Amino acid sequence: MVEAQQDIIQKKETKIIKGNIAAAYAAKSARVQVISAYPITPQTTVVEKLSEFADKGEMPGTQYLKMESEHSVMASIIGASTAGTRTFTATSGQGLFYMYEMVHWAAGARLPIVTTISSRGPAPPWNIWADFTDVISCRDTGWMISFASGHQEIYDDILMSYKICEDHDILLPKFVAYGGFTLSHTSKPVIIEEQEDVDEFLPPLPDEKGWPHIFLDPERPMMHGNLIMPSGFYNEFRLKIHFTHTLAKQKIKDVSTEFEKKFGRSYGNGLVEEYKMEDAEIAVLNYGELAMQMEDAVDDLRNEGYKVGCVKLRYFRPFPTEEIRQIAKKVKVLGVADRATAFGSPTGGPVSSEVLAALYGSGTSTIILPIVMGLGGREVGLEQQKNQLKVLNHLNETGEFPKDMIEGTFWDGLLEVD
Amino acid sequence: MNKVKWKNICEDKDKRPEVQEYKNWQELPPIPISLPIKGSIGTTGDWRTFKPVVDRETCTKCGICWMYCPEGTILRNEQGEFEVDYIYCKGCGICAKECPTKSIEMIRESEV
Repeated sequence: MVEAQQDIIQKKETKIIKGNIAAAYAAKSARVQVISAYPITPQTTVVEKLSEFADKGEMPGTQYLKMESEHSVMASIIGASTAGTRTFTATSGQGLFYMYEMVHWAAGARLPIVTTISSRGPAPPWNIWADFTDVISCRDTGWMISFASGHQEIYDDILMSYKICEDHDILLPKFVAYGGFTLSHTSKPVIIEEQEDVDEFLPPLPDEKGWPHIFLDPERPMMHGNLIMPSGFYNEFRLKIHFTHTLAKQKIKDVSTEFEKKFGRSYGNGLVEEYKMEDAEIAVLNYGELAMQMEDAVDDLRNEGYKVGCVKLRYFRPFPTEEIRQIAKKVKVLGVADRATAFGSPTGGPVSSEVLAALYGSGTSTIILPIVMGLGGREVGLEQQKNQLKVLNHLNETGEFPKDMIEGTFWDGLLEVD
Repeated sequence: MNKVKWKNICEDKDKRPEVQEYKNWQELPPIPISLPIKGSIGTTGDWRTFKPVVDRETCTKCGICWMYCPEGTILRNEQGEFEVDYIYCKGCGICAKECPTKSIEMIRESEV
């Protein structure tokens, strides 16, 4: 709905396309030079569309590599990026897990690779539907991780990602995640920006000198991926990755502002997007597509007289600690709804655990209600989200937590058969 | 937030230092790199258990050991003879294995 209104304002031509196709168009718009591909549901149509573009000659200068596994995909992308090219790939769930060794390598080598994750639930039980546990399992790899909550945002966020990752102060890889099938295989209008506008927005493609810190040049030989003895600078190189994440927060905000200036679309401050939070007493934080649907739930409850708001978490890594603290201070009760699991963690939900950690020492007395829901593509409808807001409202008014809490977490929508 | 200015020692081929020196983590480049200088990881001869010793009488100076050495520690002198640089030779034994005239013997360091 939001996009449709913007279309009228911008008078730009839109295409009605699936989320995966929007991702493919973004890679095309970014003029990626090397695409490495291996199919996996629900990502497959991303690389299929790119294969079609390459086959039709619509992506001149792009190498399209067909690999034998996801591990090889990331290995080849690491090679291509090391040589100084803009690179792209996409994967999901089990494919990401197979890629995992190389995922760490890409971040350790500080390569600005952008990869989309059409998220799906980990197996077993075998599952191919929306669940962000796959991308969140890469929490500690050093990759930046963002969530797109709509079709246009998939396209926009991939473009912004290249500008953030390739900045010489950042030089880190990034995942752009969105729900499998809920976004990957549904269609909505998406503005595909003019090529010259995208070219102006993005940094120029790397020249033959490559990145400043890593290159493959026989004239300037060097060895990388070296062994560091325990007495060497290993701790310090790891700190540099962490410190770069702290720098990236400002870069993400800056790029978000530049993007808005250039294309007229914005997503909060880049890290989080608040909705009707000005006078809200209770709020709920979501990420991915359910964050967008929650806006409708908030509208409905506002019409019923509830002072509610919602927050869309756009970035999981780097984690927007300061923004989360400010948001928590505004409200009396904050629900944190995870469509992902973190087994054995304090709350069972990865983001709710992070929110609690971020609030430590901030002096807030806001009540946090961790919620886990919608795993493996289980539908979370508008009524369910409205009910979540009512549960939070009840908690605010009476101090009563929902029944059947499991170690402080509300597992919403569990099946029960009479 | 202060931006980190790291020492870029690899960009210009002619300005590469013999030894990389960093005071702290801020000065480090984003990734560890080695530049192709002699003995960049130290005197690796310390690692050796078996020492390759060349028998000059049977050596035909064919150069196969020189080609096969993975560490470039076999050097050719002015007389065309091959000598092992024992400061860096790790004692892998590839030269002895490949020598067609069996002129290289691997001798345990403690027995040399």
